[in-house]
Amino acid sequence: MKHSTPSATRARPAERKEPFTTVSGRVIGPLYTADDVSSLNYERDLGDPGEFPYTRGIHASGYRGKLWTMRQFAGFGAPEETNERYKQLLAAGGTGLSVAFDLPTLMGRDPDHPLSLGEVGKCGVSVSSLADMEVLFRGIELGGITSSMTINSPASMILAMYLVVAEKQGASWQGLSGTLQNDILKEFIAQKEYIYPPRPSMRLVTDIFRFCAEHVPKWNTISVSGYHIREAGSTAAQELAFTLRDGVEYVQYGIDAGLDVDEFAPRISFFFNAHSDFFEEIAKYRAARRMWAHVMRDRFKAKDPRSWKLRFHAQTAGVSLTVQQPYNNVVRTALQALAPVLGGGQSLHTNSLDEAFALPTAEAATLALRTQQIIAYETGVTDVTDPLGGSYFVEKLTRDLEEEALAYFDAIDRMGGMVEAIERGYPQKEIAESAYAYQRGVEAGDRIVVGVNAYVADTEEPIPLLYIDQSAAETQLARLAEVKATRDDAAVRRALDRLRAGATADANTMPLLLDAVRAYATLGEMCDVLREVWGEYEEIPVI
Amino acid sequence: MEHKIRVVIAKPGLDGHDRGARVIARALRDAGMEVIYTGLRQTPEQIVSTALQEDADVIGLSILSGAHMHICPRIMSLLEAEGLSDVLVVVGGIIPDPDIPKLNEIGVRGIFLPGTTMQHIVDYITEHVRSRVETS
Repeated sequence: MKHSTPSATRARPAERKEPFTTVSGRVIGPLYTADDVSSLNYERDLGDPGEFPYTRGIHASGYRGKLWTMRQFAGFGAPEETNERYKQLLAAGGTGLSVAFDLPTLMGRDPDHPLSLGEVGKCGVSVSSLADMEVLFRGIELGGITSSMTINSPASMILAMYLVVAEKQGASWQGLSGTLQNDILKEFIAQKEYIYPPRPSMRLVTDIFRFCAEHVPKWNTISVSGYHIREAGSTAAQELAFTLRDGVEYVQYGIDAGLDVDEFAPRISFFFNAHSDFFEEIAKYRAARRMWAHVMRDRFKAKDPRSWKLRFHAQTAGVSLTVQQPYNNVVRTALQALAPVLGGGQSLHTNSLDEAFALPTAEAATLALRTQQIIAYETGVTDVTDPLGGSYFVEKLTRDLEEEALAYFDAIDRMGGMVEAIERGYPQKEIAESAYAYQRGVEAGDRIVVGVNAYVADTEEPIPLLYIDQSAAETQLARLAEVKATRDDAAVRRALDRLRAGATADANTMPLLLDAVRAYATLGEMCDVLREVWGEYEEIPVI
Repeated sequence: MEHKIRVVIAKPGLDGHDRGARVIARALRDAGMEVIYTGLRQTPEQIVSTALQEDADVIGLSILSGAHMHICPRIMSLLEAEGLSDVLVVVGGIIPDPDIPKLNEIGVRGIFLPGTTMQHIVDYITEHVRSRVETS
């Protein structure tokens, strides 16, 4: 039914443009009425908050019981500098930590590798051995906070370092809580920070599922991420579809590895973008919950309701930030942040106004946190659960996004799954098409970006920026040299040999990595062992 | 037959964020240029070798990670060593203002910051490549 409402068929006065579309290119009608949602059944399709299919939220009490976690992603330079920023963020009322690693760490390279030249500590904090991790969390009780770590290909090694730091602090793994991004599929699809080919990469993921189910039961073992897919240029529906289909792939691989679905599925969490198109974003979160509930109950026959509930973190859209008139970014971020709050998210990161230029200054990062606090405490939007539930427009959008995403599910299922679709370059190509279409829209003037292609300022004052000099690289190279000089090399060699043997056979890699970490094997050394065994992935470049 | 401008688009460094590189590659191709996209994580040596093999008129680098002051000087000196100093080198990405004159000084010509239109880049390349051909 396409807006066959009485009001839509009546003659309308001239409109400002034709057609009206969302930032994803979805055509939006002038008015939505009961006719648009007549196929919806409240019990079946919405349900009260806390009830299947969780369209209206996973908690009966919404934010009246507990606010979302205000989790600001941070990391830069050497671990000493980031440790100081964490202490500031916690003192300013932040309620969880979120670690941003630099590119060498994300790619499993030590600071002294030739490819690390110029990149150490630039885009995040540099961590190459247990010694760095000990400095990163110095003076922070890991048993008393939750930490999110954005790490994918070397996720197991970084988790092992975190667990050993906790062990040394005397914190029990059983009580330890936090999140590992550990989502390698979206790396192949969008962010491209992969090391190994897809299949051994998926084995590392399922090794973590199995290990944590037993030893670190409160740890969120994966954060299935649409954020990067959206930043790479996808539409909202593509973000929804590819992210949830990635989730399906992880569950399938876990089951194929011999795990019981209810043993690991409750620890799967999600991470979505909070882009500028307000209602489309809210509908996306609501559709995601409904789709996941059905997938888990109907496709995978999960019995535990915790397996049905989609919990998500959101981050405002970095790609929407502009270098022109950067203070406008504060306003963009505030409006974007409102969408996941109205969409029932569990955790949120708000970007800083200076992030189109550099990593944020401490002042900019504090302002971004204040933005969340103002939404939480001053606007009143947290007083009622799913305040937009029942809106003709929002419910119709929710259904439309779900249908579009389910069509992608069918296409990917026909290819044999997401790993197969990635190997064919399918999601990569779909996203590239959307990115190009969007950019042409901006340049044709069909899309207004304030300060960029409209309301342009003649002159602009520079804003203060964080500058990361070479001292971080020097600190890191010095510590790495010291680690290598003082550790027991024979113990490192033995641990790495056991890792090689275990990876070649079918052993769970996690206990082997923990031993290597305890012996102060470096990240690069551990990753290199697996490179020898599994090889490296190379993408066929397409434009 | 009119000579098609040959452009090598490359992503040096460890960063994998290739949205910009791919969108620009498409735009240049749609503008009638011959575009060779190298893919990710290219060393300066690989990029210069591709430019040589492909007889490139232009090298377009996409750098977002802050490593440009390490990567660009290396590429410029390799180009010189190969006798390719007449290749137009342009950079797109996140480049702090103080680094722009430094990059210009070593011979990087066009520097395109966030918000630059695809059309502007097409025009810039068309204009500056022509002048190179005329003077050679």
